Amino acid sequence: MRTAYIWFLLQGAWHTILLSVLSLVLGGVLGFLVSLVRISKVRAVSALALVYIEAVQGIPPLVLMALAFYGPAILGGVHVSALGAATLALAIFSSAYLGEIWRGCLQAVPKAQWEAAECLGLTATQRLFRVILPQALRLSLPPTVGFVVQLVKSTSIASVAIGYGELTYNAKILNNSTFEPFMFFGLAGVLYFVMCYPLSRASRRLEARLNLANR
Amino acid sequence: MGYTFNFASVWKYWPLVTEGAWTTLKLTAITTVVGVLLGVVLGSLLTSGPKWLRSIISGYVEIIRNTPLLVQAYFVVFGLAWAGARLPVQVAGTLVLIINVGAYTTEIMRAGIESVHRSQIEAAEALGLSRVQTYIHVIIRPAMERVYPALTSQYVLLMLGSSLLSAVGLDELYGMALRVAGFSFRNFEVFVVIAVVYLVLSVLLRIAFVQFGRLIFPRRRKLGTPL
Repeated sequence: MRTAYIWFLLQGAWHTILLSVLSLVLGGVLGFLVSLVRISKVRAVSALALVYIEAVQGIPPLVLMALAFYGPAILGGVHVSALGAATLALAIFSSAYLGEIWRGCLQAVPKAQWEAAECLGLTATQRLFRVILPQALRLSLPPTVGFVVQLVKSTSIASVAIGYGELTYNAKILNNSTFEPFMFFGLAGVLYFVMCYPLSRASRRLEARLNLANR
Repeated sequence: MGYTFNFASVWKYWPLVTEGAWTTLKLTAITTVVGVLLGVVLGSLLTSGPKWLRSIISGYVEIIRNTPLLVQAYFVVFGLAWAGARLPVQVAGTLVLIINVGAYTTEIMRAGIESVHRSQIEAAEALGLSRVQTYIHVIIRPAMERVYPALTSQYVLLMLGSSLLSAVGLDELYGMALRVAGFSFRNFEVFVVIAVVYLVLSVLLRIAFVQFGRLIFPRRRKLGTPL
């Protein structure tokens, strides 16, 4: 076991974190828009968001990756890097899940809050950003952190469809040259666990605290 | 720019796609049955078993839930080969999916079992139900009824996740798609078609789960609560 192997795995772990953060930011922005469209009072508009969510949730992330890898070059003539394609796919993936999570949080804020804000003469934007969002944000934290765990795990798929050099990819390269699967995939598993377990714990703690506060 | 789509060269290999879809469905069916059984047993032990067993089970659940399915697949499939166990990849792949979904099911069942109120069990005792009767009719069944929606979405995710087994050489739907892409050189078209096939499969699976839920939970059917 050479230290070079460890460094190679750690470098992969760094790329996993990078990909997770990029797709979380982009997916978060998209997901926020999706959740707003989803709570629209116009039936046709909200149905559009529903179709988007259902479609993305019904397609494996692996297929999303493949589409994001070949799609941009074919449809728009733009060449995207491996990291770009993986980020695009995971951002679309996250936007559907986060959109659905946040829709639930927005709708969990009592309707009277909207009405009260309207009575106070706030504009639609003020109502959303000053009254509803601060309350929905509190509710959304535990499931959002829980979803980040799912996102970090899903970055591993980029190694298959796209060949982006994240943790699983690097572990596979090491295994291909040394054939010690238990060692390298075990170590990769440990690194994923180190990244995900604290988030899982945090999500659970946040939820317990929220339940306590709402009791 | 000016790319012309050519789906015809993909249709030529349609039988491969249906074969792959069939493999995916079979894989999903087997893992669903075994996964639910495993989850019910481990979930029960997690709530009422001896302490040492509970910590082993929760360790298993946490490890599986906090590592990617793909790494688990590599670990088990390549690991078994390294250890000299010559299993067909279908068997090893099914094993991976069962280990994976068993952990999620255990966690969901635990939540369901814990949601059964103590007074229910006391009432069952007062009515003179035996321990086995109490367990089946008062604990497991209502628990399952309550977590049924969560379970079904977990198993739809499992069906989608089974696509990862193509990475260890199992020719399910995605594996077949790779083959068709190799034959036709029409990668984008192939993946568009495969995306639609997966979408149809997940819709069908969800409909099947809802119908099955109506069948096994007649109370839900009578009350008319949506699943």
